[in-house]
Amino acid sequence: MSAPVKSGSGGFETKILSNAQIAKDLFYTALITFPILVPIVAIRTQLDQGVLTWHSRFWLASCLALAVVIARGLMHFLVWNPRAAASLDVSASAKPTSAKRLSLSDRIGPYVSRGLLIFGLLLPIVAHLGHAIGIELPSFGELRLVDLATYILIYVMLGWGLNVVVGLAGLLDLGYVAFYAVGAYSYALLSTVYFPRWFGTGVVPFAFYITMPIAGLLAACWGVILGFPVLRLRGDYLAIVTLAFGEIIRLVLINWFSFTQGPQGINVPKLTFFGLKFKDEPGGFADFVSTHFFPLAYNRVQGYIFLYYVILAMALATYFITKKLRRLPIGRAWEALREDEIACRSLGINTTNTKLTAFAIGAMFGGFSGSFFAARQGFVSPESFVYIESALILAIVVLGGLGSQIGIVFSAVAIMGSFEIFREMDFMKAVLPTGTEPIQFRMLFVGLAMVLMMRFRPRGFVTKREPTVYLKEKKAISGDLVAEGHG
Amino acid sequence: MSKVLLQGEGVETYYGKIQALKGIDFVVNEGEIATVIGSNGAGKSTLMMTIFGTPRARAGRIIFDGKDITQMPTHEIAHLGLAQSPEGRRIFPRMSVFENLQMGATVRNLENLEEDLPKVFKLFPRLEERRNQRAGTLSGGEQQMLAIGRAMMAKPRLLLLDEPSLGLAPIIVKLIFSAIKALNAEEGLTVLLVEQNANHALKLAHSAYVMVNGKITMSGTGAELLRRPEVRAAYLEGGH
Repeated sequence: MSAPVKSGSGGFETKILSNAQIAKDLFYTALITFPILVPIVAIRTQLDQGVLTWHSRFWLASCLALAVVIARGLMHFLVWNPRAAASLDVSASAKPTSAKRLSLSDRIGPYVSRGLLIFGLLLPIVAHLGHAIGIELPSFGELRLVDLATYILIYVMLGWGLNVVVGLAGLLDLGYVAFYAVGAYSYALLSTVYFPRWFGTGVVPFAFYITMPIAGLLAACWGVILGFPVLRLRGDYLAIVTLAFGEIIRLVLINWFSFTQGPQGINVPKLTFFGLKFKDEPGGFADFVSTHFFPLAYNRVQGYIFLYYVILAMALATYFITKKLRRLPIGRAWEALREDEIACRSLGINTTNTKLTAFAIGAMFGGFSGSFFAARQGFVSPESFVYIESALILAIVVLGGLGSQIGIVFSAVAIMGSFEIFREMDFMKAVLPTGTEPIQFRMLFVGLAMVLMMRFRPRGFVTKREPTVYLKEKKAISGDLVAEGHG
Repeated sequence: MSKVLLQGEGVETYYGKIQALKGIDFVVNEGEIATVIGSNGAGKSTLMMTIFGTPRARAGRIIFDGKDITQMPTHEIAHLGLAQSPEGRRIFPRMSVFENLQMGATVRNLENLEEDLPKVFKLFPRLEERRNQRAGTLSGGEQQMLAIGRAMMAKPRLLLLDEPSLGLAPIIVKLIFSAIKALNAEEGLTVLLVEQNANHALKLAHSAYVMVNGKITMSGTGAELLRRPEVRAAYLEGGH
């Protein structure tokens, strides 16, 4: 076959194919595709009252084969064709485009984070105003929008937490959700079982504010507990052990029934406004404000807006703490550790402590967001802490550009937001096979997005790494100049 | 005779069951350049790494300034005043030149950078030109300069250099070696140099050791070894 060959340097070595050669190539494509599709698609088996029968769907197989041929044809003309590729392909013309992109991002870079911050602070107000004058996204009310933003911010915070471990210290952690679970269950168990037992029920409305630091601390302890056995591991070996750790925590939560109530889960008190419940009752938030300050009618939105601002504050705290840490010797040591462990040790860095602090601090942020998650949800069960959550958080970090904090915001919005959009796309039902919902295709979409990212922006949305210290002049470096990470 | 700064007595190191060092005795006096030459696989780098605690010696003792460092963890050894420019340089490729140099000052809690940076930049002016450049984008010679500069930032009493000439053009090798000589002559820095480039190393060294197969087979001053016919045959005239 005369398909293009990928050369070692990362670019494409392309032979220009004549039309006849392309036709031949497409013919072979069809010849190979169709027989593959026969057993997979064309022959459909069915259990009919205990009897296995089958019927054929050759038309569907033919359609798919045709689609493959057309797609390959398009690839020939648009991507593998050197002239068209020059306009499409980023890596082929890396030098000039990256220079242009760098200058653009240099110009807008400083404003992006500030703009995001202002947008984040004003979001509920904007949503409220929009609601008041009647502008609303279809089936996307004020309440829903604020709730979705809250949901995304949880993932932004988780992404920032995991970024400390994966992006800065270079330790691949596939079990991050375990710390999220530790945080959530710390809040659940302390607020429903232990605080009432120790201090009486009066403390329960304040439970979140007391337990959140404790949850973070417990998660950090678990981070160290995970860190110790994996101190000598790197790369794939580390990933496997952390993956197992995540599953162990989940299985313990399921099976230790007397402690965690297993798969039934625990109902937990929702977040309060420093003790005031968001409920339409005497002593609720609206009632309290009305009697003491100004008249305020009860509205469900108040609770959601408060939740939003709490997670926004927590996420911002995560952001600024991480940013500060990067400038301290410990943050520099994390980055050096990611680059070269042996060099670190010979420079006098205690790699054991450095790794453990990375695990502990990353886990702590996971614990904080876990306890928030529980207080928002009002219910925790092991089902919320499956492996796919870890993978999702890792995907957010990787898509955003490892080590880049702003990139994580964008990728969290892209991934979590797109999930919600899939939920809304009812019109897609006309195209999709009967009995399927658009939401079921969301993972397919994430997979596709990942593949496209790896092809066109292999280092994530934001690939620049700002030096933490400067000598005389500040100079950020394009991600294109960076070597792939080691181990 | 000047004071002994680093001393090894019967050092034996193993990788699993394979013995890499078979009882090494050596002495590095304060203020001198000592060199260990030998061919590939002789155990030179292993000796260097063993001094620094990874891997640890299974037998024998290594004494630095009267202190037994044989069983010490690597990062603690670094705090005693030993600095290393490891084999293959091992700079931090994604950090800037300046950040790399700063990492070198870790043992001194990143203090007094303003005083020490000019010294490194005076030794290697190329590094100053490229101070905000990502270290991974430097040329091989510049990376070697950076590795030495980074080690110097720790203000060490003993500098261990593992094959600083590896893979470099002859003119750069000359530059690196004259820098090492200057460090020793002007600052009185003690240097232990592991090299395959026997000609350069022996010319520079006050004392020298020849290593073969995990053992030290010859020792003497650099000039002495340079004159020995068996050294000339094995390391100077044959391959180069």
